[in-house]
Amino acid sequence: MSVIRTGAGLSVTYRPRALLVGGACLVLALVAAVFAIGSGEYPMAPADVVRTLVGQGDPADAFIVQELRLPRTVTALLVGTALGLCGAVFQAVVRNPLGSPDILGFTNGAATGALVVIVVAGGGSAFLAGGAVLGAVVVSGLIYALAWKRGMHGYRLVLVGVGATAILTGVNSYLITRAQITEASRAVLWMTGSLDGRGWSNALPLLAGMAVLVPLVLFGCARALRMMEMGDDAAYALGVRVERTRLALLGAGVLLVALSAAAAGPVSFVALTAPQLARRLTKAPGPNLVPAMCMGAVLLVTADLVAQRAFGDHQLPVGVITGVLGGGYLVWLLATERRAGRI
Amino acid sequence: MRNGPEAGTAATAGADAKVVAETSCGAAAVTRTKAAADTEARTDTSAGANTEADHRMKTDIRTAKRDSATGAATGKATGTGGTADAATGAAAGARLTGRDLTLAYDQRTIAEELDVAIPDQSFTVVVGPNACGKSTLLRALSRMLKPAKGSVMLDGSDIARMHAKALARTLGLLPQSSIAPDGITVSDLVARGRYPHQGLLRQWSREDERVVNESMEATAISELADRFVDELSGGQRQRVWIAMALAQQTQLLLLDEPTTYLDIAHQIEILDLCARLHEEEGRTLVAVLHDLNHAARYATHLIAMCEGRIVAQGPPGEVVTAELVKDVFGMPCRVIDDPESGTPLVVPAARR
Repeated sequence: MSVIRTGAGLSVTYRPRALLVGGACLVLALVAAVFAIGSGEYPMAPADVVRTLVGQGDPADAFIVQELRLPRTVTALLVGTALGLCGAVFQAVVRNPLGSPDILGFTNGAATGALVVIVVAGGGSAFLAGGAVLGAVVVSGLIYALAWKRGMHGYRLVLVGVGATAILTGVNSYLITRAQITEASRAVLWMTGSLDGRGWSNALPLLAGMAVLVPLVLFGCARALRMMEMGDDAAYALGVRVERTRLALLGAGVLLVALSAAAAGPVSFVALTAPQLARRLTKAPGPNLVPAMCMGAVLLVTADLVAQRAFGDHQLPVGVITGVLGGGYLVWLLATERRAGRI
Repeated sequence: MRNGPEAGTAATAGADAKVVAETSCGAAAVTRTKAAADTEARTDTSAGANTEADHRMKTDIRTAKRDSATGAATGKATGTGGTADAATGAAAGARLTGRDLTLAYDQRTIAEELDVAIPDQSFTVVVGPNACGKSTLLRALSRMLKPAKGSVMLDGSDIARMHAKALARTLGLLPQSSIAPDGITVSDLVARGRYPHQGLLRQWSREDERVVNESMEATAISELADRFVDELSGGQRQRVWIAMALAQQTQLLLLDEPTTYLDIAHQIEILDLCARLHEEEGRTLVAVLHDLNHAARYATHLIAMCEGRIVAQGPPGEVVTAELVKDVFGMPCRVIDDPESGTPLVVPAARR
């Protein structure tokens, strides 16, 4: 732990290694973003992409970059960042590496909300976003209420969440069978999590939400969250208002999941893997929020690049890639946890 | 806890304690009421005196005995020259008090009408059989558990209304089940005790650094500073947690069964450490302990609980008697002088 002190008695601490990991992830994410923008039917050299991004490119490039490819890449960066952060928050609140929104059922809640909009109302993307947010908030509220008993215990939240996920998966399948064929295919594609054809209208609501929620989490709750890692009693003894902090963190996390799902569909497993990968690299105790955000960004942008380009003419939804990678990771995590005797 | 107040009152004062059934530990309080008169004298001129007097009267009617047991504690503390905080209405010589506490989890009532005062600068130990409410009392005293009724007062103000961090700078608690985060070093964990003194832009002052180093020295873990907590032995780990609580720099420190899961050598090591921390800097320590002999040896003030009630309190030499052990724990025994410390030593009766 290193510290910067000012003459005025102010002091800020940081971990050099965590800073390095976060910085490296950010650089990698931006490099991947440049490659993603440069690739496609009309390829551009990375240097041209950068030149265009800073406003020095020719007008044709500028149109392709700013109107067609940049929104998609920015959405990928934002969704990755948001999922990395909320995964780290949930895992720390629940004190369990399985405590990601995918498994707790919050992501499925967002999906149900959006599906209701697609299938029942047949609404556009603005309604869809609203449906996702509403679905996530309602479902997470229910899960929280069901898991509540004289305070919140992480394990109970995971178990209730697993149950809720199963129910919601059923509900979602039912909703799809009830849909018209065109809406059903749109719904299925959305459910996989896709960045295809994302425009500024998808990126901006997420950006606006993150502008409020990310500082709230990082500056308002992060230090208290670190104390809560030691158990509610220990945190309480240190002067943390545990219930209030947890509610604020869960609320912010649910909104981040919902806004991400609204922008790109329920992209699976990024929230689960990013914080764990970041933590293994930083080797720092604590929730590692900022490294997890950077890791989420690089994971999602890279996964989208792979999904677009690695299979020739076949473009895959990004959720397929994150699902395959994240599923493998989950198996590995469960195996090591079991070997360590924790489950 | 199914003995109503009446049951307690009905037990004939000072009478044959042996007739008390195993499960009811009502009569024991009677044997230690010497300062009962002090209770009346103590309700003084303070701002809070009216409510206090009302409250006293109410409880006096219900259970004279239990109340006077509390009186004994406060009376004693006054005698030893504790400064009365009359302006704020705090009980003399006891910064931390609980009044008329009803403690419950959901619908399950653990304790009712509990009055307790922790004498300043004491090493108070709470003892009692399993599920007698001693840990619950400690949780209430540290605001971990909100009393269903009554209030816990610190320096004359209700702790439920105090600012969380301000309270954490005065009153520390070492919980029974704390989790050491994965891959944390000793010094990092101890440093977390500074949380109530820190802020967003004051994350690690020189003062923080100094206090953390001192706390590690006081608990003899300085040489472990860079080790990972998961690698330590149980005794070392407990010293790390105590160091963290010390780094909080609180005048009052509550410890919930600090010796559980430790072998006998480490138990004594931790208790010696607590005794030293109590002697230095005039800290007030409150600990819940399982072992009555440890309690008798280390405590300066002993609180014996049974079925959610305080049945006796005072110096261990006065409190620990064969009758009390029989009443509270339902175990026949002899009490002899500890040849090492001269404190009472409970020797369970041999099987005949």
